[in-house]
Amino acid sequence: MKSANELLAANGHRETWTPLLEMATREVFELMLSCQLTVATTPEESTPEVTAMVGLAGQLCGVLSVCCGNKAAALMASKMLGVELDKVGAEVSDALGEVCNMVAGNFKNKIAGLAEGCMLSPPTVITGSDYSLHSMAESPGLEINLLFENMPLAISLQIHS
Amino acid sequence: MPICALIIDDSSVMRKIVERSLRQAGIDLSKVFEASNGAEALVVLQDNVVDLMLCDINMPVMDGLEFIKRLPEVANAKGVPVVMITTEGSESHVVEALSHGARGYIRKPFTAEQVKEHVVPILGGKS
Repeated sequence: MKSANELLAANGHRETWTPLLEMATREVFELMLSCQLTVATTPEESTPEVTAMVGLAGQLCGVLSVCCGNKAAALMASKMLGVELDKVGAEVSDALGEVCNMVAGNFKNKIAGLAEGCMLSPPTVITGSDYSLHSMAESPGLEINLLFENMPLAISLQIHS
Repeated sequence: MPICALIIDDSSVMRKIVERSLRQAGIDLSKVFEASNGAEALVVLQDNVVDLMLCDINMPVMDGLEFIKRLPEVANAKGVPVVMITTEGSESHVVEALSHGARGYIRKPFTAEQVKEHVVPILGGKS
């Protein structure tokens, strides 16, 4: 298995890491929310209403983000807490932040050297869609688009080094 | 026999998930205390006796590794097993936690079955 640094230097991380990012995401949803993510058969047009971000620092620097709509975020919280959807309140941001944190952690633990050499920041959650994200990324990011209970879910990793 | 647990995590959602996983694992909980960081957990332990602690590592104010290092100073924590539950997969963090007395280490994401495998044996028939 190649290390993160070797893959980044060879610019070969994209094809290797995209499936790992998808696997990391699917595992989090299967184990913690007891649900299977699906692949959209037609491109989903949606505006993210909630965005959770976790920073990565060390051998891999970047930002991992999870974006979805309000309803999807509330349903995630409902499934994680084991309560009805209408009983979910302020926990929505906390739940999406934890999902993002677990995806980031699970992803880095799948890459040689990153479990030890990469630290995660606490999650940050943005609600609303009227914002622009300016990344200092040095290479195009990885992005996967899946469906959570038929609602769009976008996971992206912007890599700074 | 019902046991009393202390769950330490900065995410309230994760604290609820850990509690539910313990119950799904068949552990009979008489009371569950919650703390959002190590410092809050130390305050809980000043006035309460627990049978089990489950602790995240990455937390603000006082992280899980600092918390476990402080436990020998706490009378109510003597002999109480601590299981770390974290996204952190670093081998050095695992070694550090175990060297300071943690009895187990569960990585997020986890299943109730994994919680059972790690927690039930260390309770030694208490639950």
